[in-house]
Amino acid sequence: MVKKGEWVRIHAVVLKADERTGKIPEDTKKCDLEMWTKGTLLADAEIGDEVEVETAVGRIEKGTLIEVHPYYTHSYGKFVPEIIEIDKQLRAIMGGDR
Amino acid sequence: MALAKDYDSVMGRSNDIMKEALGLDYKEFESGSVAFDYEALMKSTGYTLEEVAKIQSRTAVGNTPLIELRNISALARKYAKPGYGARIFAKDEAANASGSFKARRAACAVAHAKKLGYKGVIAATSGNYGAAVASQAAMQGLKCIIVQECYDSHGVGQPEIVEKARKCEAYGAEVVQLTVGPELFYTFLSILEDTGYFNASLYSPFGIAGIETLGYEIAMQCREIVGKDPEMVVCTNAGGGMMTGTARGLIKAGATDTKLVAASIDLTGLSMASDVQFNKKSCTTGHTGFGVPYATDPDHSDVPRSAARPLRYMDRYVTVKQGDVMYATEMLANLEGLERGPAGNTALAAAFSLAQELPEDAVIVISETDYTGAGKHIQPQLSFARDNGIDIYFGDPNAEDMPGVNVVLPKDPSYIKAIDADLNHFRQSLIKKSCKKHGVTNPSEADLKFLAEETKTDVEFVKKTLGL
Repeated sequence: MVKKGEWVRIHAVVLKADERTGKIPEDTKKCDLEMWTKGTLLADAEIGDEVEVETAVGRIEKGTLIEVHPYYTHSYGKFVPEIIEIDKQLRAIMGGDR
Repeated sequence: MALAKDYDSVMGRSNDIMKEALGLDYKEFESGSVAFDYEALMKSTGYTLEEVAKIQSRTAVGNTPLIELRNISALARKYAKPGYGARIFAKDEAANASGSFKARRAACAVAHAKKLGYKGVIAATSGNYGAAVASQAAMQGLKCIIVQECYDSHGVGQPEIVEKARKCEAYGAEVVQLTVGPELFYTFLSILEDTGYFNASLYSPFGIAGIETLGYEIAMQCREIVGKDPEMVVCTNAGGGMMTGTARGLIKAGATDTKLVAASIDLTGLSMASDVQFNKKSCTTGHTGFGVPYATDPDHSDVPRSAARPLRYMDRYVTVKQGDVMYATEMLANLEGLERGPAGNTALAAAFSLAQELPEDAVIVISETDYTGAGKHIQPQLSFARDNGIDIYFGDPNAEDMPGVNVVLPKDPSYIKAIDADLNHFRQSLIKKSCKKHGVTNPSEADLKFLAEETKTDVEFVKKTLGL
């Protein structure tokens, strides 16, 4: 169980695929318009429950509870050998007269 | 009774919501036809350039260093004919609070919101502007919500955009993240209506007035360092605000001979509203997917009339390839010791090529750098591209580049080429779109004059475009 007062992430569908506007590409039309935000859980709940949260600005937002204590996992990426090649080339070209 | 919050109801109230959220009625600038009073809109901020500078100086914005990129200039000269290869300078806008020139826009918008008594600010942005508004809101004591287009339908986020979300949250903002699609505007309007916050639009006159100090500083710093105005200023171009504000600032400083060049990454063929193609991009801004539509139809933004009107000021519009910008980013780090971007380095890649057209004593300024971070760096962007099936290799970007299919890194710096786009074509496009939008087939004298100003052309050009 996730306790009231925990910092969580919620997910909601803003528009179902069939409610989307006409002026978008076919592939996008097949998808729901989805939304995520974070906030303090307002009542005890389980992952997957419909819940309410109070966001950082004090807004109350509804959605499905998907994550407790959300954190970022983006990074500096995996090794890209081409970057080393660029650096070597630049040093080689500029080597003598820097 | 609570207002209906379905899509059609909220969108139907768009004009009223906007008026409330900007504290500005755009009707007073309208002529009822194609023309509107752009200068009156800009004056409506009520702030002079000096007052804007004062607002910014209180919030750690502006007076950023102008740095000569001596080694990159020397490298460019190796590929230029004898006596050619201009001196390249960079305005180090990463030094602003929040790490980009967007702090200039945000400082004014947030100060204005505060003055008008709003409790909070909202901006719809997936870029550096979100962090800028969040940072300024933190400084000036307002609440802040940023609405981002961040994920594809599999919940996979662009690493650059995820990083911006982190930065906004670091400044205490709420970040509402959405999947791909223009209906972001519906969510944005709905939250504006519910909260009564200020619309800190990228395209408001307050935002654009905030950039004028950048152009002004460039002129002043060049006069101090090299004793003259720059021959050329290159602006990375997406929504057109950088070009518009910088140009206006240069003009206010009296630097009227400086040529203004817009530079965008060529993403021809990729749809900006496509769920599948969203993560096939290896850059999320400074590209033609924003640059061309906003230049040729500035008024399709989140305000009734955009204050960013780049074709009024642009002398040239050049494109570079994604691989050129990645390479230029490494040049900046390895040869100048400046780890910046890559987002703002589109202008750098273009300037590296344009410098070779100008004599050695000419001065080219790139108008910005921006911060680097996790996700917002060429390694995660290239590694993300590779994970999405994008082919990355060394070659001739101009011969082989296919947006969404590959990222061709220039096999040596001589392959970094700024390619001139057909500016007159964009001008004609703006003229035709403006008339069509307003249902005007027989434009008035005022309309013709307006369209000439809109496109930095003359009435004859406008008439010819319209077959009059």
